[in-house]
Amino acid sequence: MTIRFTLNGKEVSFDTDPLRRLLDVLREDFGLFGVKEGCGEGECGACALLIDGELANSCIVPVGTVQNAVIMTIEGFRETERYRVLEKSLADAGSVQCGFCTPGFVMAAEALLRNNPTPDEEAIREAISGNLCRCTGYHMIVEGIVQACRIGAKLWAKPTDR
Amino acid sequence: MADLIQTPINRFDSSEKSGGLARYIADIPFKDMLFAKTLRSTRSRARIRAVHLPDLPQGYATIDRTDAPGSNRVHMIEDDWPFFAEETVNYVGEPILLLVGSDRAEILRLLSEISVEYEDLEPVLTIEESLAAEEPFYGERNIIAEYAIEKGDPDRAFEQAARVFEDEYCTGLQEHVYLEPQGVVAVFEKGRVTVYGSMQCPFYMKNALEQAFGWEPDRIRVVQTTTGGGFGGKEEYTSVLAGHAAFAAYKTGRPVQLILDRAEDISVTTKRHPSISRYRAAVDDRGNITALQVHIMLDGGAYAGLSSVVLQRSMLMAAGVYNIPNARITGQVLATNNIPSGAFRGFGAPQSLFAVEMHLHSLAEQLGEDPLDFKMKHALQRGDQTVSCGRMHHEVKLPEMVHILEEMSGYREKRRSLREQSSRVLKGIGLSLFFHGCAFTGSGEQDKIQAVVKLRKGKDGKVEILVSNAEIGQGPHTTLRKIVSHTLGIPVGDVLYGNPDTDRVPDSGPTVASRTVMIVGAMLERAATDLRDRMHEKGEVEVTRQYEQPDYICWDQDTLQGDAYPTYSWGANAVQVEVDPVTFEIRITGLWGVYDVGTPIDEQVVLGQIEGGMAQGLGYATLEVMVKKNGKPMQANLTDYIIPTAGDFPRMEAKLVKSSYEYGPFGAKCVGELPFLGAAPALVSAVEHALRQSVTRIPVTPEYLMEAVEHDHPIHPER
Repeated sequence: MTIRFTLNGKEVSFDTDPLRRLLDVLREDFGLFGVKEGCGEGECGACALLIDGELANSCIVPVGTVQNAVIMTIEGFRETERYRVLEKSLADAGSVQCGFCTPGFVMAAEALLRNNPTPDEEAIREAISGNLCRCTGYHMIVEGIVQACRIGAKLWAKPTDR
Repeated sequence: MADLIQTPINRFDSSEKSGGLARYIADIPFKDMLFAKTLRSTRSRARIRAVHLPDLPQGYATIDRTDAPGSNRVHMIEDDWPFFAEETVNYVGEPILLLVGSDRAEILRLLSEISVEYEDLEPVLTIEESLAAEEPFYGERNIIAEYAIEKGDPDRAFEQAARVFEDEYCTGLQEHVYLEPQGVVAVFEKGRVTVYGSMQCPFYMKNALEQAFGWEPDRIRVVQTTTGGGFGGKEEYTSVLAGHAAFAAYKTGRPVQLILDRAEDISVTTKRHPSISRYRAAVDDRGNITALQVHIMLDGGAYAGLSSVVLQRSMLMAAGVYNIPNARITGQVLATNNIPSGAFRGFGAPQSLFAVEMHLHSLAEQLGEDPLDFKMKHALQRGDQTVSCGRMHHEVKLPEMVHILEEMSGYREKRRSLREQSSRVLKGIGLSLFFHGCAFTGSGEQDKIQAVVKLRKGKDGKVEILVSNAEIGQGPHTTLRKIVSHTLGIPVGDVLYGNPDTDRVPDSGPTVASRTVMIVGAMLERAATDLRDRMHEKGEVEVTRQYEQPDYICWDQDTLQGDAYPTYSWGANAVQVEVDPVTFEIRITGLWGVYDVGTPIDEQVVLGQIEGGMAQGLGYATLEVMVKKNGKPMQANLTDYIIPTAGDFPRMEAKLVKSSYEYGPFGAKCVGELPFLGAAPALVSAVEHALRQSVTRIPVTPEYLMEAVEHDHPIHPER
């Protein structure tokens, strides 16, 4: 089956089995290794990305269901100004330890902030509750997102391109 | 250097990890790489009669015990653990063979066509069954290890006791859930085997491969790749995977990738030892504990692994932070037909610190004393004799720490007032005092590890750290660089430190036992001091340092007597909870901690360890349930095995007291394991306070609490 979608701003089209996991397609066919497999069943969020602006776990998305969608992975998002603010804030807050979960948290933060540029702590915790981290106890990740909102409020307040 | 060493800097690995640029083992393709999947035992204990293989297509192969070029035994302490099952299988999930090939779906199809003929044998699945077994399967008595340590004259103290108290405590399995599942890639080329992978201890793996292949050391190379968490789970177990992949690479001549999926990882890798501990205390007529008698039993699973050393630490921590004049501590690791238990943050200490803290709590309640006053009355002080008859050589800051903790948490006031409040939910607050013996037990650093570190100044003036210690998230890529840069007085950016490659680095020991900063960091500090005088030299300069044991350490490994650890880091936790009297759900409403870890090399890295360790410890105490049915874990994925999320606990308030250890780098002591240890006893004593109900088991689930209340388990007298 021919699958077409927009991947990190570029139109792509290719033939594949529509039942393959989007995660595998991105890693194996497109070399996007920032999308991690932590559990393979949609529980940990390490493979999180944006599909039409909504956060999704790519390990439970059959590639046939994203026909014509707009997909943004960490590889695309890291080229943005918003990412640079998030990256700096996460570093300043000590949010990153082993790092395996971090790209997923970054995508979850982006998904939150594009809808709510001024979230309170509870909203942040809610927004990242689908992402598991075993190293930090989450507080420094929450703090990193709080700092990003403070520094980059204007970036997310703009109308989004989704 | 204007900045103090404790002043936080951005971690060196933060940016590449955030952006998805860091390459973990699954992210590294090798040319012509084959994939691998393991055929595993479906029986707890059985003799293998036959394995029937389908015809394998071209390019597919199986690897089993006959493919180990040297030895089929994984080199650990006892060398009893086979890479692949020999005549019998001893737990569900034990590897029987590996199937390798180029297409993953085809591998799965072929695996489903393999049939194994088993002759079932009677398994032992619990500590109790192991003790009672008429026909032991492990040695003569199903005992992997047993020890006894004694201090003073406990028999006499019990004879003369005014009162004697007894309790039994149980702790459950815990899975590490590092976010990156275990994985390795093995390559065979030019007569050498190289294993790349997610790991804590490159030289443990290298040593295991040398024995497995029976080759000269220079034919084996191990390279750590960026590792997504370890917590002990990637200490010894990774050697098993390395052997599997390496045998396959050697046999096929192709790179072989062996990566576990999450269900497989949870189902077959090591876990924290379940435990049963019996505590008996003799108390005199003034309410002082005069003796403790402790018996600890750990479920070791099917093979010895590191269990004997885990038991030693469990026993050496069994009297907690208290000065008990007479003690008899005995312990056994029982063999069962379960997954081998293994290293996990705390390494035996969480089990006994939970038990001793709850026991002292229970004694205080029954004696009508305030638990905190009762504990502090018995607290160790500098110069006191430890349970292994060593000395507390360094200052003990517990009084100061407890004072700060009381101020932060309002513990004393809440201990009274929370009970008096009338609300639908029941409220309580609890507290724990704890310590962690830093680094290897006894003279292990000197006698077994014999670490070597190297610094190399390049022609460009940059200095490279050459050690075998791995960044697994805990921060050494940042903290060890800071130690070297501060000692040399050069910018931290001019200090280099990559993932260890055994071809390039000396064996500075494993990344375990919270030893990396305190032991390896101190050696690097000394090496940097040597190098400082030679920085002006043109060209390359190399400086090597070997471990030197401080003179004050006296230890006898045969009797486990003496200074069990070079020094201790300390902690005090308070936890506040609300318990729903109908559903028995526990909601944590306050978390506080005060710690003495010596000088923090980076306050943010240390706080990151504290917050993460606390969360993992609270998970251990409450959410993380793993039970087995016929030897098979019933929670084999992250839907069923629940770890804490961002929504489960409130922010913790943590403080460090000022402290310095003269043999640590810039005064640093150990950190990584300590913050795990206080969570369970503080949480459980808060639940006891809320429910007025004795709790002697973790994880403390709503189901357990409901049953405990319904069956009217011993409730302490009015406090």
